[in-house]
Amino acid sequence: MTWVWDNLDLIGRLSLEHVRLSVPPIVLGLLIAVPIGWLAHRYRRARPAILTVIGLLYTIPSLALFVILPAVLGVGFLSEVNVTVALTIYAVAILVRSVADALGSVDAEVRQAATAIGYSGWSRFWVVELPLAGPVVLAGLRVAAVSTVSLVTVGIFVGVESLGYLFINGLQRRILAEVASGLVMTVVIALVIDLLLVLLGRALMPWTRVDSRRSRRRRPAAGVVSR
Amino acid sequence: MTLVLDALAWLFSPERLTGSNAIPTRLLEHLFYTGISVLVAALIAIPVGYLIGHTGRGRELAVSISGAARALPSFGLLLVVVLLVGTTRAPLAAVVAFVLLAIPSVLAGAYSGIEAIDRRIIDAARAQGMTEWQILLRVEVPLGLPLLLGGLRNAALQVVSTVTLAAYIGLGGLGIYIFRAIPLRRYDEMLGSAILIVVLALVVDAVFALLQRLSVPRGITAGRATRTRGSTPGPRAPMGSPIAYK
Repeated sequence: MTWVWDNLDLIGRLSLEHVRLSVPPIVLGLLIAVPIGWLAHRYRRARPAILTVIGLLYTIPSLALFVILPAVLGVGFLSEVNVTVALTIYAVAILVRSVADALGSVDAEVRQAATAIGYSGWSRFWVVELPLAGPVVLAGLRVAAVSTVSLVTVGIFVGVESLGYLFINGLQRRILAEVASGLVMTVVIALVIDLLLVLLGRALMPWTRVDSRRSRRRRPAAGVVSR
Repeated sequence: MTLVLDALAWLFSPERLTGSNAIPTRLLEHLFYTGISVLVAALIAIPVGYLIGHTGRGRELAVSISGAARALPSFGLLLVVVLLVGTTRAPLAAVVAFVLLAIPSVLAGAYSGIEAIDRRIIDAARAQGMTEWQILLRVEVPLGLPLLLGGLRNAALQVVSTVTLAAYIGLGGLGIYIFRAIPLRRYDEMLGSAILIVVLALVVDAVFALLQRLSVPRGITAGRATRTRGSTPGPRAPMGSPIAYK
């Protein structure tokens, strides 16, 4: 434990670095996954092909992807870009299926009603379909965020410093507390980002949070009517 | 492009088949670690998952365990277990870590497989006079098999990925080439072995995908074929691909 107290500033610095590396892939992943997920939802025939190809990307072991990307992207081997792109790919792989499923979960009658009152395809997507798909997209985003935070640690093998540094340094010096503090802080960051996403979801989609209360209140009223 | 050619030249060089770091040896190591870990995880997680799925108890706990497990960085967990058990017994410690990493996926596959079954089918089985054991073994297990295999698929991919990292602590496997090449900046070896690892992961994925397809009971495939176009989609494996916990 003394190691932890003596190195709080190191842990703090690496944690901030870890957060800085985690956020861009999560945001980019969502931005890229929405149009691809929409394509998979819109063009039924393309759906299996899109989802299969995207799913295969996720099977690639992280270390292998980190060392393959420099050759593909033409950037330096130690560049942070490799890690950001690799983690974005994983986030997209998780999110495309969520987005496609989420858009598929929007009630067809709601979509027809929106068309009937005059929404064009484009505005209907933004004003009606995407908000209604929100909760399912959010569920996928939470999975992607947590897995991104944990994968950032692997970047240390290609020279991108994060809490993963504590793993390697702790192993070399045989300090269990150092490795364990890296592990604990990674989980803490993942849980904090997860919580922030839940809160953000509640702020942006207020209807998801009143739902349970309203349905409870509605039940006795319905009973009165039926009598 | 030359980089890729160099990598392929490294991969297919006859030297790869000889010496202490011959690819077949390292490949077998990789498969051995993966196989044994998924097997042990299955022996532990499948009975527990079936218990949860059949009784419906402890579901919340299982869901939160699989959720939290996703946040664990696999390499960090591996090191913690190795340092706890002692570096002299590193292979044993590594297998323990791999098993811990594989359990959540298998557990989720086992209970969600049973949970996804239409309740009326199980009620019908009970009404026929089947005992609880018969319901489990003759109804729930066969119908839940595709999703269970989906869970095993995720677990296997997770372990294949983590075994790659385990080469860092001298456990062998295919990751050894990457870790050997990084300090020397030998890009042909790095890229060549990375391609090999990707191919291994894709083959493992394909084998499980095939098993999943074959495991759908015959009656159900027949039923689905007669269904009219565009009706409800068949049981899709929610565990199927992406959400593996790397």
